Amino acid sequence: MKILVAVKRVIDYNVQIRVKEDNSGVVTDNVKMSTNPPDDNAIEEAVKIKEAGKAKEVVAVSVGEEKAQETVRKALAVGADRGILVKVDGVIEPLAVSKILKKIVEKEKPDLVFMGKQAIDDDCNQTGQMLAALLNWPQATFASKIEVKEKTLEVTREVDEGLETIEVNVPAIVTCDLRLNEPRYASLPNIMKAKKKPIEQISAGDLGVDVKSRIEQIKVEEPPKRKAGIKVASVEELVQKLKNEAKVI
Amino acid sequence: MSVLLIAEHNNKEVKPFTFNAISAASQINEDVHVLVIGSNSEEVAKSISQVPNVKKVINVNNPIYENYIAENYTSVIIKLSGNYSHIICSANTFGKNLMPRVAALLDVSQISDITKVISEDTFQRPIYAGNAFATVKSNDKIKCVTIRPTSFDPAPTSGGSAEIQNGDAAEATEISKFIKKEEIKSDRPELGTARVVVSGGRGMQSGENFKLITAVADKLNAAIGASRAAVDAGYITNDHQVGQTGKVVVPDLYIAVGISGAIQHLAGMKESKVIVAINKDGEAPIFSVADYGLEADLFDALPKFLEELNKLNTIQK
Repeated sequence: MKILVAVKRVIDYNVQIRVKEDNSGVVTDNVKMSTNPPDDNAIEEAVKIKEAGKAKEVVAVSVGEEKAQETVRKALAVGADRGILVKVDGVIEPLAVSKILKKIVEKEKPDLVFMGKQAIDDDCNQTGQMLAALLNWPQATFASKIEVKEKTLEVTREVDEGLETIEVNVPAIVTCDLRLNEPRYASLPNIMKAKKKPIEQISAGDLGVDVKSRIEQIKVEEPPKRKAGIKVASVEELVQKLKNEAKVI
Repeated sequence: MSVLLIAEHNNKEVKPFTFNAISAASQINEDVHVLVIGSNSEEVAKSISQVPNVKKVINVNNPIYENYIAENYTSVIIKLSGNYSHIICSANTFGKNLMPRVAALLDVSQISDITKVISEDTFQRPIYAGNAFATVKSNDKIKCVTIRPTSFDPAPTSGGSAEIQNGDAAEATEISKFIKKEEIKSDRPELGTARVVVSGGRGMQSGENFKLITAVADKLNAAIGASRAAVDAGYITNDHQVGQTGKVVVPDLYIAVGISGAIQHLAGMKESKVIVAINKDGEAPIFSVADYGLEADLFDALPKFLEELNKLNTIQK
């Protein structure tokens, strides 16, 4: 079995976002970047399946600018065997990413494709499902448990009401939730080893995929600020305020 | 120019967020058609037909739709899509799972999780977990949009009498199969829809101490939330987690106890109508979003708070 894992380079989740003064987007220059958190879970799961002897190869792929190579390299440092970077400039929508990934899937012929359930920058939550649609593969989204069976996967999904279990035929797409596993840290020897692992670079143009934006971003704004509240001196005052001023209890 | 809205239901009842989605849909265009895909789901179709904002209900009834499988739903929606300018559903785990599959097959760039309808092709949506808002315009012929339920009031549920039309089933999928669903049963209101939420953080110091939170929540008929720190420390299970990586909640009253207010937590609760923070660290960031801040040791404050609540003659439910 071969597993392809898609990883995205995003602004680190601990960074306080700043909106650009001209409202054209958010500030990304000199901002710490990391792997999209649930993508770390996706890599971890793929590596665990390989360690359990159920997969032969784990390939990490990222679609992004040159620097996304760091994200692929990090995946290699925690156990992926080789990497692919599909280079694109600027912002690219999930539909275009899924078309690119479809080309990679056709070339690599993996049995499974894993990725995070959502990227924490655009918060779209689309790419996995779109890729599944384009390939006509089943999709198991929000996975918090994956069991590899003979020719199927049994996946537990985190849904609003609780947990849902589905069985999907292989090949399949799985989007990973944060509670799927505990991603490991890369050890120094493995970081060194990862430097020798191959990363193939392809440009989106060579794949013949149209990456033009369909959605026009008109402006990006700061969220409305909450007006400053007050400090109350005692529990009694708090209850009075909630009862008589805010009228919520 | 009509809107096709995909209903979420369990074949007996309509899931509440469907009504919020209907509100959003009718802001886009008045001609709202609701698609019910189910098995023996006549009651669902009937109750939706009573929503005044709904002009038509399409009921696709077949045993293959006993359980919701995105692959199955998608085939039905694609068959109907030619008649519509917009396809809409709620941005919860139901709609998030479904809509991108539909959009990709229609070659449409989806707009996820909108919080405002600006015009029929322009919407506002949060990005970076609500730390910024983007205004975006779709140039696709059909617009596939998911809506954030808590940003739209639910549509009224009676007074209407829309026509119910039967629709055709599509071929059943063979690549995906429903096995089971384990619903978390609780007497408490659900975290995502509760009017009041009481949340505890690392300051609770132990799982045992969460009983202080439970007592207050019981009194206020509230859901119980937690910060990621409290979940990671094992004080409480992860289905209680509020924040960017947990649930986004918008209650009338949010009470944060022993929660410092990390960015990732604030993203999940700062749209609440009234926020109360109880924390002994006066510099904690949670106070910057709180309407009422109480700088106090929670182990003194919570029992006192309960005592004061007990003194009140009436408490809103």
